[in-house]
Amino acid sequence: MASRPELLAPPEIFYDDTEARKYTSSSRIIEIQAMLSERALELLGLPDDGVPKLLLDIGCGSGLSGETLSENGHHWIGLDISQSMLNIALEREVEGDLLLGDMGQGLGVRSGVIDGAISISAVQWLCNADKSSHNPRLRLKAFFTSLYRCLANGARAVFQLYPENLNQRELILNAAMHAGFAGGIVVDYPHSSKRRKEFLVLTCGQRSVNTTISKGKGEDGDSGSDDDSEEENQTVSISDRHRPRKKQKKNKSGKGREWILRHKEKSRRKGNIVPPDTKYTGRKRKDRF
Amino acid sequence: MRLLTHNMLSSNIKGVTNGFPLRIEAEKVVEKVVEMNADFLKKMFEKIDWKAFADASRAMGYAELPEEADSSMLESDEFLQRYHHALLELHLEEGALICPETGRRFPVNKGIPNMLLHEDEV
Repeated sequence: MASRPELLAPPEIFYDDTEARKYTSSSRIIEIQAMLSERALELLGLPDDGVPKLLLDIGCGSGLSGETLSENGHHWIGLDISQSMLNIALEREVEGDLLLGDMGQGLGVRSGVIDGAISISAVQWLCNADKSSHNPRLRLKAFFTSLYRCLANGARAVFQLYPENLNQRELILNAAMHAGFAGGIVVDYPHSSKRRKEFLVLTCGQRSVNTTISKGKGEDGDSGSDDDSEEENQTVSISDRHRPRKKQKKNKSGKGREWILRHKEKSRRKGNIVPPDTKYTGRKRKDRF
Repeated sequence: MRLLTHNMLSSNIKGVTNGFPLRIEAEKVVEKVVEMNADFLKKMFEKIDWKAFADASRAMGYAELPEEADSSMLESDEFLQRYHHALLELHLEEGALICPETGRRFPVNKGIPNMLLHEDEV
C-alpha cells in the first residue's frame, strides 16, 4: 500500500468496510491515534475548571480520537464522510454523536456554540480534488469559514496533519488565515523524522488569557530524538576556542600504523619505491629527537 | 443523535439564510441513561436555543419541558432532571431532519444523520 491514502481514492471510497475494520483493529494505529488526540486535546488549552466542554471532532472516523475526549469527560460531535468508519464507531459504542458529512461542504453548525475542535490526520484530504466539482481552495475556504463561525470566542481548533509538501501546508494555512483564524504550527520532535508531528493550532477571536501557543515537544532536544546528538556537535563552545594551542594539538591523533601500511601497500602497487615495513613503521619518535 | 447535537445543527444548503432549527421527524427514539453533570447543563443553558429545544423534545415524544425557561429555573432539581433527560438521554435513532426553509430531508439512520449535500446544494 502506498504511504499516502489520500492519493489512492477519495475518503468515502478508500475507507470502505474492510479498510475501516483494518484501521480500527490495528493496535498500533489505535495507540498512535490515542497519543495524537491526547496531545491535540492538550494543545486546545481548555480551561481547567472540571466542566465538560462541547467539542467537535472533524474526521472522527471510527471514534478513536473521540474516545480520548470522552475519557477526559467532554461531550463531542464527530463528523466523517465515510459511512463504513461511522458504522465501526457505532459498533464500538462511542459516546459522542456522529454525523455523516463532508467538511469541504462547510459545517452546518450554529454560530459560537462549540468550545473547541480537533481533527486528527484529516484536513489534508481537503487538498485533493476527487470530483470534477471539487476545488480544493473553495473547499478549504468553506471548511475554515464555517468552523470559524461555529467556534465560541476564544476557542481553539487543533489539527494534526501530514502535509505532503510546503505548498500544501501553505494552502491550508492561508485558507485558515483568510477565514480569520490566528495561530500557527506546533511541531513536536522537529529533529526526528519518525516522531515528528505537526499540529496546526488556530485560535478564534480574542481571549484575554493564554493566547500564546504552546511549544512543540522535543524542541530543546529532550527525550532522545535520534538526530539530537549531531545537532549538538555543530555548536562551537567558547571554552574550546580559548584553549592553548598545544593542548588542542595533543588531542589530534596521528594517522596510525594501519593507515601507513595501507598507503605504503597502495603506493607499492603503483610501482613506486617504498621503504620496507618494519617494526619501526608508524612508531612515534622519541621526545629527544 | 442527542438533542444536544440537534440544537447545534443547522442546514447549510447554499442560499439558505436561516437553516435552524431542523424539524425532527421521529420514527424511533431510544433512551440511554447517562450521569447528570449540573455544571455542564448550566453552561450549555446559555448556548441552547430553548424554543427549538422544547419543540424538538416534543417531536421526540417528551412533553415535560416548559415552553420558556430562564436561568433561575436551573436551581430546581426537578427542572434540571428533565432538562438533562431531554438534552442527553433521548436519542433519535431513525427518522429525518428537515430543513425549515427548503424542506430538504436529511435522513437519520442508526442515529447518524446524513448531512451530505448534493453537488447543486453546495
